[in-house]
Amino acid sequence: MGYMIEGETGPWEVVIGLEVHAQVISKAKLFSGAAAHFGSEPNTQVSFVDAAFPGMLPVINRECVAQALRTGLGLNAHINLVSRFDRKNYFYPDLPAGYQISQYQHPIVGHGSIEIELADGTTKTIGITRLHLEQDAGKSLHDQHPTKSYIDLNRAGVALMEIVSEPDMRSPEEAGAYLRKLRSIMRYLGTCDGNMEEGSLRADINVSVRKPGEPFRTRCEVKNVNSIRFVMQAIEAEARRQVEVWESGGVVEQETRLFDPQRGVTRAMRSKEEAHDYRYFPDPDLLPLVIDEAWLEELRANLPELPDAKKRRFMQHYGLSAYDATLLVSEKATADYFEEVAKGRDAKLTANWVMGELFAVLNRTGRSIEQSPVSAQALGELLDLLADGTISGRIAKDVFEIMVETGEAPAVIVERKGLRQVTDTGAIEQAVTAVLAAHPKEVAAYKAGKERLFGFFVGQVMKAMAGKANPALVNEILKHKLG
Amino acid sequence: MSLDSATVRRIARLARIHLEEAELPRLQAELNGILGWIEQLNELDVTHVEPLTGPTQMALKMREDLVTDGNIREQILANAPDRAGDYFAVPKVVE
Repeated sequence: MGYMIEGETGPWEVVIGLEVHAQVISKAKLFSGAAAHFGSEPNTQVSFVDAAFPGMLPVINRECVAQALRTGLGLNAHINLVSRFDRKNYFYPDLPAGYQISQYQHPIVGHGSIEIELADGTTKTIGITRLHLEQDAGKSLHDQHPTKSYIDLNRAGVALMEIVSEPDMRSPEEAGAYLRKLRSIMRYLGTCDGNMEEGSLRADINVSVRKPGEPFRTRCEVKNVNSIRFVMQAIEAEARRQVEVWESGGVVEQETRLFDPQRGVTRAMRSKEEAHDYRYFPDPDLLPLVIDEAWLEELRANLPELPDAKKRRFMQHYGLSAYDATLLVSEKATADYFEEVAKGRDAKLTANWVMGELFAVLNRTGRSIEQSPVSAQALGELLDLLADGTISGRIAKDVFEIMVETGEAPAVIVERKGLRQVTDTGAIEQAVTAVLAAHPKEVAAYKAGKERLFGFFVGQVMKAMAGKANPALVNEILKHKLG
Repeated sequence: MSLDSATVRRIARLARIHLEEAELPRLQAELNGILGWIEQLNELDVTHVEPLTGPTQMALKMREDLVTDGNIREQILANAPDRAGDYFAVPKVVE
């Protein structure tokens, strides 16, 4: 039995579908030549088209279309060679034209799917209903003045991909995994940077609950949730609310709600009486978008290796486990780093160092792998020193910490600090003899059968030799002397 | 198809057009007249005709991804009824 909400009348299944708005990576906007860059001075990246001055006509950006096609291909989706733009009509101050140019009946991308990985090691296929191109709106600031809202149109007209999933998810975990995978695919493709804090990836969540085996019940939409953690929290909060409504004899109304992360609850949006009536109709300013098949094939041929394919290759070529491979391919930069280190080296050892020591340092210092204080080349040099016996595993970890601090090359640190592993059996024998002489009680106990004490002797010898003794030799000599 | 007065009121509200109650009967009659006129098209059988989305059979022309516009803030804001620094200012609209 999967994830369930336990109600008073028994378990409830949660049904989730996601609508993701992904900002397209492009230099210019979808229908104008103004820059699509984030974070510029207010209203500087606005053309007369974006501000909807009378008589201005939209002209579509070829690269935005290409990005939608690449994403569609990355989602294993059907590409519609002919699609169309419609006007979605509503009034809001950050939408100067009074309509958003969107694709309603004929989206550029149809059915597709992605595979998600879950914590228990299983995978699940989530259906994609469609992907369409549309314009982003401007930005409203509501907290600058007691009675006024301020409007910045820099974002107005930037290209968005709306990606709609099937209601295939059944738990917050699956929704989180879906978002992470979708984000990962788009980052590999270079079609969306996936930055949820800056709003380049935003999710609307459709949630309903039902008793196992029932058909779908009424769903509610939770709008504009801006982190994966909040998406997972919002689903649980909304599902619990709906279970309470049904179990208290009420009826869940189809409505749009907002998630309040501070209080961990969803609440209904006001102005419900203005029930959505977008009065879609074909935009008379825009002819049908016709995709040349040769162009599509060219885009397909130039797609990068995507996470699923890379994962399979990492498992086959490097002999990594599914878990390790999944972790290493989630970010392209991580996968590239791993491959650079693993080239000509032990892949499993490399994976352990990247996911262990390196990830720990990145987490601790809050850096991404692109900002790693230790380059792939430097980590490779360290692993070489480990592999050829110059340093021991324990010393390698110390050297790594110094590399993080100082950025020095590992060989330099080893020489400067005199950290070379001691493989001189004479020196080790001397240390072993001294340790055994200093601990007669433990030696007697060991000989009387308390074999766990072996580790104690190893530790003492290592301590006496400042960790530099070759561990295999220490074991061998100790066994001999105690035997 | 014939519009009742509630639908006419709703259309006006969606379009943010203020209607006096006295204007309703006249507008309702005019709109119904226009609809009736257009409905004559329903007499044609278009079962096997592809919908036409524009007056020509051309496809959409595309533009290269180049920044060719922008940095005209003063012109963009010139007609705004109200502004605050570099922003448009509008009556508060917060959900």
